Amino acid sequence: MKGKEMDTQNINLLEGREKQVYEKTAGGAEVDIACEKTSLSGSVSQRACVFCGSRVVLYPVADAIHIVHGPIGCAAYTWDIRGAVSSGPELHRLSFSTDLQEMDVIYGGEKKLYRSLIELIDQYQPNAAFIYSTCIIGLIGDDIDAVCKKVAKEKGIPVLPVHSEGFKGTKKDGYKAACLALMKLIGQGSTEGISKYSINILGEFNLAGEAWIIREYYEKMGIEVVATMTGDGRIDAIRRSHGASLNVVQCSGSMTTLAKEMEEKYGIPFIRVSYFGFEDMSKSLYDVAQHFPERPDIMEKAKEIVRDEIRKYYPEMQKFKAALAGKKAAIYVGGAFKTFSLIKALRTIGMSVVLAGSQTGNQQDYKNLKEMCDEGTVIVDDSNPVELSKFILEKEADLLIGGVKERPIAFKLGVAFCDHNHERKIPLAGFIGMYYFAREVYESVMSPVWQFAPRKGGAQ
Amino acid sequence: MTTNGSATKTMTAKTATQNACKLCNPLGACLAFRGIEKCVPFLHGSQGCATYIRRYLISHYKEPIDIASSNFNEETAVFGGSHNLKLGLKNVTQQYQPQVIGIATTCLSETIGDDVPMILKEYKAIMGEADLPTMVFASTPSYQGSHIDGFHAAVRSAVQTFATGGAKKNLVNLFSGMISPADIRYLKEILKEFGMPFMLLPDYSQTLDGGPWAEYHRIPPGGTPTSAIAESGSAAASIEFGSTLEAKKSAAGYLEESFGVPRHQLPLPIGVKASDRFFTLLEELTGQPMPEKYEDERRRLIDAYADGHKYVFGRKAILYGEEDLVISMAAFLREFGVVPVLCASGGKSGLMKKRMLELIPDLEELEIQVREGVDFVDIENEAKVLKPDFLIGNSKGFTMSRKNELPLIRVGFPIHDRFGGQRLHHLGYRGTQELFDRIVNTVIEERQNSSPVGYTYI
Repeated sequence: MKGKEMDTQNINLLEGREKQVYEKTAGGAEVDIACEKTSLSGSVSQRACVFCGSRVVLYPVADAIHIVHGPIGCAAYTWDIRGAVSSGPELHRLSFSTDLQEMDVIYGGEKKLYRSLIELIDQYQPNAAFIYSTCIIGLIGDDIDAVCKKVAKEKGIPVLPVHSEGFKGTKKDGYKAACLALMKLIGQGSTEGISKYSINILGEFNLAGEAWIIREYYEKMGIEVVATMTGDGRIDAIRRSHGASLNVVQCSGSMTTLAKEMEEKYGIPFIRVSYFGFEDMSKSLYDVAQHFPERPDIMEKAKEIVRDEIRKYYPEMQKFKAALAGKKAAIYVGGAFKTFSLIKALRTIGMSVVLAGSQTGNQQDYKNLKEMCDEGTVIVDDSNPVELSKFILEKEADLLIGGVKERPIAFKLGVAFCDHNHERKIPLAGFIGMYYFAREVYESVMSPVWQFAPRKGGAQ
Repeated sequence: MTTNGSATKTMTAKTATQNACKLCNPLGACLAFRGIEKCVPFLHGSQGCATYIRRYLISHYKEPIDIASSNFNEETAVFGGSHNLKLGLKNVTQQYQPQVIGIATTCLSETIGDDVPMILKEYKAIMGEADLPTMVFASTPSYQGSHIDGFHAAVRSAVQTFATGGAKKNLVNLFSGMISPADIRYLKEILKEFGMPFMLLPDYSQTLDGGPWAEYHRIPPGGTPTSAIAESGSAAASIEFGSTLEAKKSAAGYLEESFGVPRHQLPLPIGVKASDRFFTLLEELTGQPMPEKYEDERRRLIDAYADGHKYVFGRKAILYGEEDLVISMAAFLREFGVVPVLCASGGKSGLMKKRMLELIPDLEELEIQVREGVDFVDIENEAKVLKPDFLIGNSKGFTMSRKNELPLIRVGFPIHDRFGGQRLHHLGYRGTQELFDRIVNTVIEERQNSSPVGYTYI
């Protein structure tokens, strides 16, 4: 009921976390945010693990089978959880596990892995197989590389080990392990017939068909897209991706390693882009066009696309802006790069940002974030529900942007929510994605249900 | 290239588990710990375990579910988890101020052989016992059993930690198993109306299905108070749901062995007969007749069976999920002539068929298949042969349901592709009524949709 004793004592930041939280104030001390650390024991981090990092990066490769080597949990919790769609095969939506039992842990799981692989490859005839090692594989000493080699030889397809033991680092290390696996494929295919005006789209996972939207823009510009990694991914496309002239990297956290490797090995330069919001989306087309100065028609096409698309959605955006102007948002997402785009996208619809944070940002990310943010904005690295909710309430945020684990925090506190994670079913990338984003924010922020929330005076 | 759509035309791979019909051990423990008042679940292992399990539970319950983790790193795995566990306990105590920390292991900490009870002992010695939260510990290696084993291990461990003996009281324990928050609320209502003091464990009816908050609650309100669990050792009796739950693994089993509290094991009360057994037992234990309200519920249910029987008689169903749920659902379906042609579970108690024969003596004659330790590819292969009219189980069967155009009646956990899974009733006359209505309506809807006439009365 109203007025009931509330749980209001101020939270104390955990010892060891003070440096992962920063509030931008006028004349405030310049503090380097501590980041890229493993999460503190006993904190309820919103992060996952190395395995999760590898799994998210490789998940959308749709003509490969993904086998999780370990006890059942890791495979069960990642079965068909993402909105990464495929235009053809859908092997990525199946869940395979060696489901190790106690005896396997004692005597080793290599034989079980071998049998599993042979049988699954016979059954599904995939173009490749990824084998993810989970926590205990490192401990029981299974030589998964040897098993993979053997099976690859017998079956004539790439069988790629992904060293993603959960405890061996953070999610970022999982990204790296995934990139390493992809590097083993790249360079294996023929680059014959690939246009000079070609790119790979990296770090785009085709959630709700986003890669298709982006691909279409580039193709309209006269650019050939050799491979998307890994959205709607195909083994053959990845194998010949070293034939592209440029790597265009979104979700820089997960794919910069790969772009750097490809630059080193194949001399392919890369640029970082973001497809969220009109501003960054337009820039990502212009930046690619600029890479091909000898073809001014590409830039012309890019400008035409931007013009047409913005014209299409601008009037609707004004309606959203009129309603949302002055509202405050909190952002807590996986990668910091996405945070930058979201701040800009929110400004487009008249909203300010009072909390910005990520699970895996680095020093430079947070420095940029500090520069971008308004005064009073709280910046957090690797936060947790207690901290997030404290800042959301203190700063009177009207909206939280995050993922599944953040959603109930927002709803419990009577705050609107926009899902910007891997499970989303509505595309938020591209110009049309900005429209959907604004609409989703509008529908949640403006919903009449919040009138009943305790923070708005409703009964508790 | 074989796609998802036509995967089974060749031989089926048997060694790997494909599309598992089970979850891992620690998930069940976290869920059970959420049903103890002022308790924080704590996983001793990698950060990912806690995060994945949180995400998974949230998808069903739509509530914040904070699970702490000792966040293993490479050094921890080499030198043991003692330091991380102690630091983690200290940190979670500082930030959550719990009365109880529910600690469950993972495959990682179990494989390196951490002796958690010993570490806890050391921790208490260092910290001084006075102001510490009580630590409840369940061993839940993911390479053994499934989520339901973790659930029962956590409940048993809570009782082992808190229960004390003493003169018998006018008190009944109810260990209701892994059921929905709505079911828990209904059971509490029943017990209350029988007028007998009770202790229901675990009670996550409010912690996982509660109201809005003005402030973030580190620990959501609700749950079984530890003081109540403490009294469970002096109860007059324990009722424990779960056909395959062995005494040596159960809370009631522990109380019987240690404090002589008689254990009454019942199947989950789904269906008229199983609900009758539950209510009859309550009558015996309390000396009270069943309240009129429930007589009414029962009468309405019997009446509904009569009204609906023709729609469902002889229909075939495939049931899947936790063994105990499947067993009780199967017996319930037999009350109105539906044949559960396949009763499947990812669990492997080895007891499923035996328990089913007790409830369905003509099991063999009806050619009902009972299969433990199966996955969804196995179930789907069976479905192609058995050609059921509908499926009954959790959301994980949706892919199979869609591919084979079989209606899916969602029950149990997880339900993450429909709204309100936490508010579904399954138990007692009320839950049975709800299930029966849904089953009949599934058949009616199918008939109505497939009829060229478009009947408006069916």
